[in-house]
Amino acid sequence: MASNEEILAGLAEIVNEETGLAPEAVELDKSFTEDLDIDSISMMTIVVNAEEKFGVRIPDEEVKNLKTVGDAVSFISGAQA
Amino acid sequence: MTRKVVITGLGATTPIGGDVPTMWNNALKGVSGARTLEDDWVAKYELPVHFAARCSTPALEVLSRVEAKRMDPSTQFGVIAAREAWADSGITEFDQDRLAVAFATGIGGVWTLLDAWDTLKEKGPRRVLPMTVPMLMPNGVAAAVSLDLGARAGAHTPVSACASGTEAMHLGLELIRSGKADVVMCGGAEAAIHPMPLAAFASMQALSRRNDDPQGASRPYDTARDGFVMGEGAGALVLEAEEHALARGARIYAELAGTSVTADAYHITAPDPEGLGATRALKAAMFDGRIQAEDVVHVNAHATSTPVGDKPEYTALRAALGAHVDNVAVSATKSQMGHLLGASGAVEAVLTVLAVHERKAPVTINLENQDPEIPLDVVTSARDLPAGSIVALSNSFGFGGHNAVVAIRSV
Repeated sequence: MASNEEILAGLAEIVNEETGLAPEAVELDKSFTEDLDIDSISMMTIVVNAEEKFGVRIPDEEVKNLKTVGDAVSFISGAQA
Repeated sequence: MTRKVVITGLGATTPIGGDVPTMWNNALKGVSGARTLEDDWVAKYELPVHFAARCSTPALEVLSRVEAKRMDPSTQFGVIAAREAWADSGITEFDQDRLAVAFATGIGGVWTLLDAWDTLKEKGPRRVLPMTVPMLMPNGVAAAVSLDLGARAGAHTPVSACASGTEAMHLGLELIRSGKADVVMCGGAEAAIHPMPLAAFASMQALSRRNDDPQGASRPYDTARDGFVMGEGAGALVLEAEEHALARGARIYAELAGTSVTADAYHITAPDPEGLGATRALKAAMFDGRIQAEDVVHVNAHATSTPVGDKPEYTALRAALGAHVDNVAVSATKSQMGHLLGASGAVEAVLTVLAVHERKAPVTINLENQDPEIPLDVVTSARDLPAGSIVALSNSFGFGGHNAVVAIRSV
């Protein structure tokens, strides 16, 4: 079980790997599309990598609800419970 | 009145140089880019061929990691060469709607395709990355170059096996002559040094098996030639309507005087032994460029170093140029860098443009005993080309019976 801080740090690493964005830029209130300029293809890559890293399943229909980094952290945290 | 088309930018990443100046210096010196492959898959799959000619500068030394992640290795090479050619052209302000792309590949995204297949088998469909399709599609390189430059007058990918790069030049010329574009980024890219294509080309007996001497393996016209050496890389050329180039005071390397494409309709892989399709291509390119045999001083030959391929090209050259063929300096540059498949025509066009511009023919290495049935004047040490108006030809032929020729004239 990862804490929310650990999930955020793990997500930041995945986003950095995919987009080159600095991990510090990946903050809870940041929007994936508006703030981090992540397109749908990169978003799907990030989702699949997060599933592997945290051992969860993020259904495709759920991805559109993950607007901010915080949304993703909450979903992953809930899915782990 | 036909629009005159000139060449104003050159780019390349090849086994004998990661940029045009390095490649050209080595091409005049005569070096081999072939090396023994250190990859574990050579032994794992018991490949019969243990060597190839990899690009001397890995793509990841030029592109950022994030940039490279979204491109198949073939597209990475294409974008690197296109960026060099674009910078070299000096074009800064341009109409995006008048800039087209004609960027070829022979095989395309084979690494991406087979990696994704492995992922599917080992990890399931969820792990097959969403970028897989745009990375493996053969037009991926033309699309990436178009996106990179902001080219909006169409992005095309001619595919005709090992004639693809030369066919891209043919298409580029037509796009400018017909008025559909003023500038075309032309080129070819290939990255197929992967165990599957190596096994497949070896299976058809096309590859040299000189495993104990990789650097001596590509030996066009030599009696001991036993197949081609797989290379990789990309070449790129900026074609420009002459009036467009003159209006911006561009440095002009040479004129793309004529091009042609023909098909053998003879056999799916074997060249027509009489070289009839190649002869028609040579004559058509010369007709297109209003070129007389006596104008031609240099040929960059297709000459892959296969036992059956090198001779029909000679037959075709003699048929097209007549007795004048004896006065033509012929270079077989695949002796140095191996066969870059769909990129070879573009890289050899870059070399041919430089040969005309610098008036020097590049070197053919490994020619120890010239095949008596191919009595060409082969350039084995860098040779000066004559002053005055000169023309050079570059030939490419591909599986499928594709023949393509470009004619480059001095300016």
